[in-house]
Amino acid sequence: MTEQEWTPKIVAFCCNWCSYGGADTAGMGRFQQPASTRVIRVMCSGRIDPLHVFNAFLEGADAVLVTGCHIGDCHYVNGNEKTRVRFEFLEEMLQQLGLEPERLHLKWISASEGEKFANFIKDVTAKVKELGPSPLKPAGVK
Amino acid sequence: MSKLVGAVAIAGGGIAGIQSAIDLASSGLKVYLIESNTTIGGKMAQMDKTFPTLDCSMCTLSPKLAEVARHPNIELMTYSEITGITGEPGDFTVTVKNKATYVDPDKCTACGLCVSKCPVKVPDEYNEGQNNRKAIYLAFPQAVPRVFTIDAEHCLYLTKGKCGNCQKACENDAINYEDTDKEVDINVGSIILNTGFEPYDASNLEQYRVDHPNVVTSLEFERQLSSSGPFEGHVTLADGTHPKAIAWIQCVGSRSPEIGRKTCSSVCCMYATKEAMVAMEHDLDLETTIFNIDVRAFGKGFEEFYQKARNEKGIRFVHSRPSGVEVDPVTDNISLKYEAEDGSGIKHEEFDMIVLSIGLTPSESSKNLAQIAGVEMDDNDFVKTKIDSPLETSKPGIFVCGAMQAPKDIPDTVADASGAASKASSLLSSERGTLVTEKKYPPEKEMGDEIRTGVIVCRCGINIGNIVDVPDVVEYAKTLPHVVFAKEEVYACSTDSLEGIADLVREHNLNHMVVASCTPRTHEPLFRETLMEAGLNPYLFELANIREHCSWVHQNNKKEATKKARDIVRMSVSRANLLQPLYKEKLEFNNNALVIGGGIAGMNAALDIGEKGFKVTLLEKESGLGGMLLKFTHLQDGRTTKEVLEPLIQKVESNPNITVHKETELTEQEGSMGNFKGHIKGANIDEDIEFGVAIIATGANEFEPEGYFSYGEYSNIITQSQLEQRLDEGLDAKNVVIIQCAGGRNDDRPYCSRACCTVAMKNAIRLKESDPDRNVTILYRDIRTFGVWEELYTKARELGMVFMRYSEDKEPEVSEKTVRVFDHLMNMDFEINYDLMVLSTPMVTPETNELLAPMFKVTLDANRFFLEAHIKLRPVECATDGVFLAGTSQAPKLVDESVSQASAAASRACTILSRDFLESIGNVSVVDPDLCIGCGRCTLVCPYKAPELKEVTVETEEIVYITKKSEINPAVCKGCGCCAAECPTGAITARHFTTPQIMAVVKAYGEGI
Ligand code: FES
Repeated sequence: MTEQEWTPKIVAFCCNWCSYGGADTAGMGRFQQPASTRVIRVMCSGRIDPLHVFNAFLEGADAVLVTGCHIGDCHYVNGNEKTRVRFEFLEEMLQQLGLEPERLHLKWISASEGEKFANFIKDVTAKVKELGPSPLKPAGVK
Repeated sequence: MSKLVGAVAIAGGGIAGIQSAIDLASSGLKVYLIESNTTIGGKMAQMDKTFPTLDCSMCTLSPKLAEVARHPNIELMTYSEITGITGEPGDFTVTVKNKATYVDPDKCTACGLCVSKCPVKVPDEYNEGQNNRKAIYLAFPQAVPRVFTIDAEHCLYLTKGKCGNCQKACENDAINYEDTDKEVDINVGSIILNTGFEPYDASNLEQYRVDHPNVVTSLEFERQLSSSGPFEGHVTLADGTHPKAIAWIQCVGSRSPEIGRKTCSSVCCMYATKEAMVAMEHDLDLETTIFNIDVRAFGKGFEEFYQKARNEKGIRFVHSRPSGVEVDPVTDNISLKYEAEDGSGIKHEEFDMIVLSIGLTPSESSKNLAQIAGVEMDDNDFVKTKIDSPLETSKPGIFVCGAMQAPKDIPDTVADASGAASKASSLLSSERGTLVTEKKYPPEKEMGDEIRTGVIVCRCGINIGNIVDVPDVVEYAKTLPHVVFAKEEVYACSTDSLEGIADLVREHNLNHMVVASCTPRTHEPLFRETLMEAGLNPYLFELANIREHCSWVHQNNKKEATKKARDIVRMSVSRANLLQPLYKEKLEFNNNALVIGGGIAGMNAALDIGEKGFKVTLLEKESGLGGMLLKFTHLQDGRTTKEVLEPLIQKVESNPNITVHKETELTEQEGSMGNFKGHIKGANIDEDIEFGVAIIATGANEFEPEGYFSYGEYSNIITQSQLEQRLDEGLDAKNVVIIQCAGGRNDDRPYCSRACCTVAMKNAIRLKESDPDRNVTILYRDIRTFGVWEELYTKARELGMVFMRYSEDKEPEVSEKTVRVFDHLMNMDFEINYDLMVLSTPMVTPETNELLAPMFKVTLDANRFFLEAHIKLRPVECATDGVFLAGTSQAPKLVDESVSQASAAASRACTILSRDFLESIGNVSVVDPDLCIGCGRCTLVCPYKAPELKEVTVETEEIVYITKKSEINPAVCKGCGCCAAECPTGAITARHFTTPQIMAVVKAYGEGI
């Protein structure tokens, strides 16, 4: 594979009820997107431990997307509010580690927002392509 | 009533019969599902995709087929017909003639050996005769029951006494040439008729030249598009090449009073658009044209779909009805002659292929059945019903639904089917549980020490198979850790594939399972249940979504899609290998219902639930019951709304199970299915309320068209509801102009409001009938009087109404007494004088939707109506369990549709209310007391108060002390896992989403180099 063809590795944590559904709706609407992202399903965005995100970078992810229901829509009342708080902490930590802010995103996507999901993937992929591989990527992972 | 039998007979095993059967069987009644074909599935099984989402029809249908096949309370009677009905409501005897299949269903394994040996070729009905099947056959691969049938008319042995090949080929001795027709009597309490429709036979209309090989019906075309069709999904001309230009002719056998086909078939505009769109997906350069009278895009999401087809996909829509197909005697080319829309005269245009959009007509068997049942028919041969009781036939105890009542699409049919189930079971509620058996699963097998994982990769017809290199993914899966077996399936969710899973588990001694197919949001329950049937814990299953998240979003990049599918499978296997068996607990629950909104939908829903013996609270925010209908004075059948509302209100208010609170709203709400807790506040009440299910029937309002067509500027411009009031008071306007789509089908409200055309016709007719000298002009974009309401449009035209089409980019200009309209056909402006102008405005959602949606954790769609769980097959459910939708809260509707949907919501709700207990979820979180330091952070983050700090005595070797440790109540935990992410010591495990499981998936992704 040549340098130009390099596709970033993006991990998208999605909650079962909204953003995973958004990714499904993107499929149902055939909203084409770069094949850069792998979805990891959890029941609620509030399940996502900063540890999981760190770990994703350590395993070679070039960007990590934390996604869930819009504030007020969380299937478990307010799990996403906890996500928001944890995310701020995460952002700070990762910046201290020298990671560019474009590599970590928090986004609320409802189950009906298929196009939004696809556009989000497009945007992040384009940005991360510009940045190149993550500085935290271990040797041997592309 | 002397006797009540807790069983229901359903005639017709299409999607309607299937839905009714599932609802009834899940609420404790025995069901006999009687189908004349060899398989259930009906017409939906022949569809390739469904509009407006282009979802794969078979993929959404086949889990339902599987559910019916496996339901212990549904007795399937295929290849059977009802020949007699006697008795009375509560106790009918239905005589069923079961045709000989000549194959013993208990012995047939559907191996297909017989087929390869059968020498006879018969046109294949499933593919509309475009290819051949054998005389011994299975209608289609996902057929249920999965048993072969010998076609006695064509079998050489049965007709001539020769051959006998299949008997020799069958290793299981399943062929029985001596088989005979049988007649059985079944005893049931009520009957549902839904034998559907027949596609119109276009050979009746010679001008369309169906004799020409490149003129096909829309159903033939649909089969051509399907990967399981005659040409494996390639649209093919008679000479084997592929067309470059295709035209659709709409309304073949519909909207044609001259041939006795007066109704609109409701679905053809959308299916033609869908077919054009799908065909263009197959061939990007294809040119498509749809010739129509009006484009009837009236359902939820249809108008948006139509606009997308027109503006983004480049499908050409021509408002003109070609008189026929012309065949050039020399070249044999086909062309259409039509009147150009811009007034430039008659045009001649050649096409490679012409598709006839054939209508939905009542089937012969439906007519016979109606006669046997003794139910009245209307003059279009549909079963006669009333607007306010659209599911009830003229015979008590016998109900109707779907296209046997009027032409309709899948979601309306499904809603009807649930509604009919509700009606059929109301009468029998005392008999619930008397004739049914509970589903039993085999004991769970020993897990053993070794992880042995099986992988099935689904092609999903062409949905996955055409993009992802499935054999490659299968081979790759075999190399993954702990995978001891992998294979591909055409449809992993078909009944035979599911039944095969139990064998695989046994043969390969599997203890974990991965299916790579579609989204777990729809298919996980089905596969989990299959695992249980195979003796495995359902939580040992993992779905790898390579359709929605892969093949569908990387259609133009097969290589990347295959690589991604490999990654997804690898990640899923790594997770599956770590999955643990989990168990559920039985929970008590509250079986009262809350209905929000006291319009016609809310009242009917409450009544249906109340009649089944469950307690219902009905909230209405206004001071009286009746909702939006109170603003209108008449129904389109001529009755006044009062005539319909008054007895209904009386019934609701006098039902002992229903408590009505007027001027009351729900202000707070929490909890989940079975245990909702809310607060209601109103004129005389301010209290907490507990309920098990909720039905949202908050309705809609007529849009106040401020700023459109000078509304608000002049007092002689009013809306339809105002017109109805004025008509009652006596109206002297001589010149009336009605403008359709005022404030609708635009950027602000891009949807079609479905009911306005019918309402406008109703009122135009009243205007004309109350004063024949009155001039009535209707300015419209498309007239969408779908289904049987087409007759109102015909009548309006007969009464001398003037109809003029306007386009959205040249809207009529209104001044105080005149309106200027541009006429496309004449290519000039017209000025019309008026004394009264009436605007038909869309239904818009009430603001309460914005408050209720977050309270119930349900989603609103782009137009702020409530979003249903699945646009085709779950039209009255929300994605949140225990929350249902009735009436216009889901989308604009006519009254009969709201009523039937209300019954549907009640039916779905009662499948929950009638349970003995609910089950907790298996994936609850647990605390490891050794690691817990009693900090209590979990108790702070949990919205359900599931974790609790409890005093415990800790004894170690050195010291004994008292401290606090957290404990999670599994009955309360909802499994979100927030506490696990919060726990500072890692003492909490979010089961099924444990940190090691998540990390394994992340790691597996990184491993893909
Ligand atoms: S369920 Fe989606 S964020 Fe909580």
